[in-house]
Amino acid sequence: MRYLRAARWLAPVCCVMVAAAALAQGSAQAATASSTSNFAANAALQAAEASGHALVQKELALFNKRVTVKVLPNGLTLILCNRPGAPVFSYFTLVNAGDANDPTGESGIAHMFEHMAFKGTQDLGTTNYPAEKIALAKVETTYAAYDREYRKRVGRNPQKLAELHAAFKKAEADADQYVIPNEFTEIAEANGATGLNAETGLDYTRYFWSMPINRLQLWAYMESDRIAHPVLRQFYQERNVVMEEHRMRIDSNPVGLMVEQFLAAAYVASPYHRPGIGWMSELSQITATEAWAFHKKYYVPSNIVIAVVGDVTPADLPMLEKYFGAIPAGPKPQPMTTIEPRQVAEKAVFLKMPTQPMFLEGYHRPDYLSPDDATYDAIQDIFSNGRTSRLYRSLVEKQQIAAEAEGFTGFPATKQASMFAFFAVPNPGHTDEQMKAAIQQQIEKIKTTDVTTAELEMFKTRARADLLRSLNSNQGIAQALAMSQLRYGNWQHLFTQINQIDAVTKADIRRVANEVFVPSNCTYIMVQHEAPPSPPTAAGKTAGGAR
Amino acid sequence: MKLLRSASLLAAAAVCCSAFAVAQTTVSIPPNIRAVQPPAPWMKIPVPPLPAFHPVEPTRIELKNGLVILLEPDHELPFINGSITMRGGSRDIPESEAGLIDLYSMVWRNSGTSTMSGDQLSDLLASKAASIETDGDVDSTDVSWSCMTKNEKQIFALAVDLLEHPAFNERQLQLAQRQEIAGIVRRNDNAPDIAQREAAMLVYGKNSPYARLPQISTVMGITLQELEAWHAKTLVPNNMIVSVEGDFDPAKMEQALRAAFGGLKRGPAWPKPTGVFTGPKPGVYAVNKSDVDQSNIWIVGLGTKRNNPDYYALTVMNEIFSGGFGSRLFQDVRTKQGLAYEVYGAYGASFDHPGVFFTAAATKSGTTVKTTEALLKEINELKTKPFTASELASAKDQLLNSFIFNFDSRDKVLNRAVELEFYGYPADFLEKYRTGIESVTLADLERVAHKYIDPSKLAILVVGNEAHYGTPLTALDKGPVTPLDITIPMPAAMRQQLMGGGQ
Repeated sequence: MRYLRAARWLAPVCCVMVAAAALAQGSAQAATASSTSNFAANAALQAAEASGHALVQKELALFNKRVTVKVLPNGLTLILCNRPGAPVFSYFTLVNAGDANDPTGESGIAHMFEHMAFKGTQDLGTTNYPAEKIALAKVETTYAAYDREYRKRVGRNPQKLAELHAAFKKAEADADQYVIPNEFTEIAEANGATGLNAETGLDYTRYFWSMPINRLQLWAYMESDRIAHPVLRQFYQERNVVMEEHRMRIDSNPVGLMVEQFLAAAYVASPYHRPGIGWMSELSQITATEAWAFHKKYYVPSNIVIAVVGDVTPADLPMLEKYFGAIPAGPKPQPMTTIEPRQVAEKAVFLKMPTQPMFLEGYHRPDYLSPDDATYDAIQDIFSNGRTSRLYRSLVEKQQIAAEAEGFTGFPATKQASMFAFFAVPNPGHTDEQMKAAIQQQIEKIKTTDVTTAELEMFKTRARADLLRSLNSNQGIAQALAMSQLRYGNWQHLFTQINQIDAVTKADIRRVANEVFVPSNCTYIMVQHEAPPSPPTAAGKTAGGAR
Repeated sequence: MKLLRSASLLAAAAVCCSAFAVAQTTVSIPPNIRAVQPPAPWMKIPVPPLPAFHPVEPTRIELKNGLVILLEPDHELPFINGSITMRGGSRDIPESEAGLIDLYSMVWRNSGTSTMSGDQLSDLLASKAASIETDGDVDSTDVSWSCMTKNEKQIFALAVDLLEHPAFNERQLQLAQRQEIAGIVRRNDNAPDIAQREAAMLVYGKNSPYARLPQISTVMGITLQELEAWHAKTLVPNNMIVSVEGDFDPAKMEQALRAAFGGLKRGPAWPKPTGVFTGPKPGVYAVNKSDVDQSNIWIVGLGTKRNNPDYYALTVMNEIFSGGFGSRLFQDVRTKQGLAYEVYGAYGASFDHPGVFFTAAATKSGTTVKTTEALLKEINELKTKPFTASELASAKDQLLNSFIFNFDSRDKVLNRAVELEFYGYPADFLEKYRTGIESVTLADLERVAHKYIDPSKLAILVVGNEAHYGTPLTALDKGPVTPLDITIPMPAAMRQQLMGGGQ
């Protein structure tokens, strides 16, 4: 079994399109552009035995020359980064809202809106918007009438419900006649869009693709138009699609189900207690009217950062300003008031299903703005980064009780107070209890004994190198710049974070470990094998068992 | 080859050529969209000619002993990444040793060299933020390295040492066996994984080297001597390709590589792959999984090879069939009917053996038959619903306007070159791709659809919760349903311990 980066595949993120489909289109992470003239400079630096630190400083100086940031009058932040090479660009639109912002009773709506952002605008995706607008309003009123009857706990009239449903379906069909399905994405794809997708996490919603540079203006038109004037057409058909995504990610997926149940137990007040894709009951009842309200509140320009990287220059800025500056301004949404209260008792969940055992435990930690953020990164690195990590060496290599074992910070997201989590997969014949005990041993060690100088240095060296390695694609750079700008108010934080990493001490690690890794701050889930119930039908008997 | 792992079951992705320049000056408007309307303002958005772009092709050097070197300098960042690829992979292993390549690639790196243990090697690499990894695939194995420029000399020497003086050890073999078995006992936990691998077994045959699974018994039977013998057999310079990308001086790098590999003795050429490919036995196949509420449906048959002259027409057909949001499958099954989140398909083309023709979707249990019928209808319509000029134009726009993304970075250019070198494809193969796509006509599409799409030769596989289908699979009217036995072979005591005696 391959060593997996748990943080990546446990994190609840939903996309508009499965990765496999993107692969079938031949898409990939975009672009390492050819470079210009760094060789001599690099050589000189190395001759001087330059540290990784100097190399980071050098890249920052280079990016200071290449990056232009402009906050438009409507509040939208545009970042341009010139990266010479092929005549292409990648963009990354970052909206400072995700499913943690879903209103009560409407879980999954941020993600649902993200799907709707591919349905077009008043100009794209319709044969006749004025007529469609009227028809869509009728869809909402007929749906609301149906929904009122459907939700009645007492006195629901089945015949009336059927009639209301029929009226809704008729209104839907009426509206459908104006739709040019998937026109928005078809135009993007016909114009060379590659790696087109979007993701909704708990904290943020992200949209991205890459295009040949001669389509920059077309992109600016399309992206600004869908932010400003999306049309929520075919909402209820798409809701069915998203419910299938729910079944795929959670209901029919042991890891998804484990994470859902873990988060629901670990958080009591924070919206992180809900699965990003929503509870099925709420997802199956959310409406276009609610999605529109979400858009109105959160898709305001002051809540959005857009980065464009590649063959772009400041000369492109006036054109971009024209399109993105036209998005109507709105009040910047307030950060949420909820802060997860201190956990007071250890919590355990035992999930029995027809799957092999897995173990997940988490300890609450503060949000990403904590001064100890880099210390958590250090603990993650020392516990989990590769063959030299403590969990690999102890649980996987020495004791041979686990197929994989990792600790990772920022679960399930980072903007709100989150968790430092541990995940372990027992080898056959070993148990979740053994995972917990072995992890506990490592936790005790880090609480009572300083990490070694070599371990701390490895962490810092790798952090610098990983940062530099990450600067190898237009799409990756666009994402990193937009995230730094939105989360810290300056894109340079991408580079200056190295200073915080450098400042982490052995004492910091022990102090944080002692604060956080205590039983009353812990929630864990043990997934344990249980044979499925025998199928009630004869058909089940004939088929091969999938247990 | 490692590069191709994710693509092996999927459509043959586009390939690249050495230059790209196009003089188009208008937005590409999917023709079905605006045929009858007056043009909207956005259609007049200027699209200037794309600047000419000539990717820098790697330098190819062939040593006297047959080893091929491909060098792609790139000084943007202070890193060097290299790979040594050797012919031969899991398809060249007898069935009784299935899993050998998995173990080999784990034990090789983890054991270290004759002078440095695996743990010592790991410590050294971690302290320098460098890596050396070994990997294995269906037709190759490789050792790769990545490091900062300043550490290249040392890290490269270690990679070569691992290649020439590996120290396969018993303890690491045991660890790898445990890891492999941990994977085997979990392979029925996830319905999509079951569906994908069983689909491959239907197409290639249960025991085919392209589909078969490692078993606990085969994994436990593998010895250190077998790993060593395999290593010796593949360490033959005329069966090796060394590729390096990054921040280096090409003359010095060439010198270092010649010094490292020039002394290897030429050996027998690796045999070309063989095999008989007849495709699946048509029919309906089922796996019952009572703990899921979604069915994974795969309709599969045999695909083709990439050197087929019809590859370009098939690529365009794939684009129309399933190449994105505007494709027939996506528009019908997902957007219009809302039956699935995942729906995809392609007439697959592999480099040196037939790929898989697949159409797949995941839908809630109660719409299993309805969705299967919708997929079958789309497959049938490749032959019965004439392709339109508008579909053809859209597909070509998509393939040609995104064409530059096949070679917009140096690592992509290098990977393509390695791929062609490995499979012995002519150097001009890629340059022909663009003109090949451009020249596809409606008549070509109709011809290839009739030649290659034969619904009577397809197998239908459904992995799901049978009790909740509502309409039984027999309603598909494709004959009796054949249940597939996916029980994992294991000793009785182990089964009792892991699964309470169940399957």
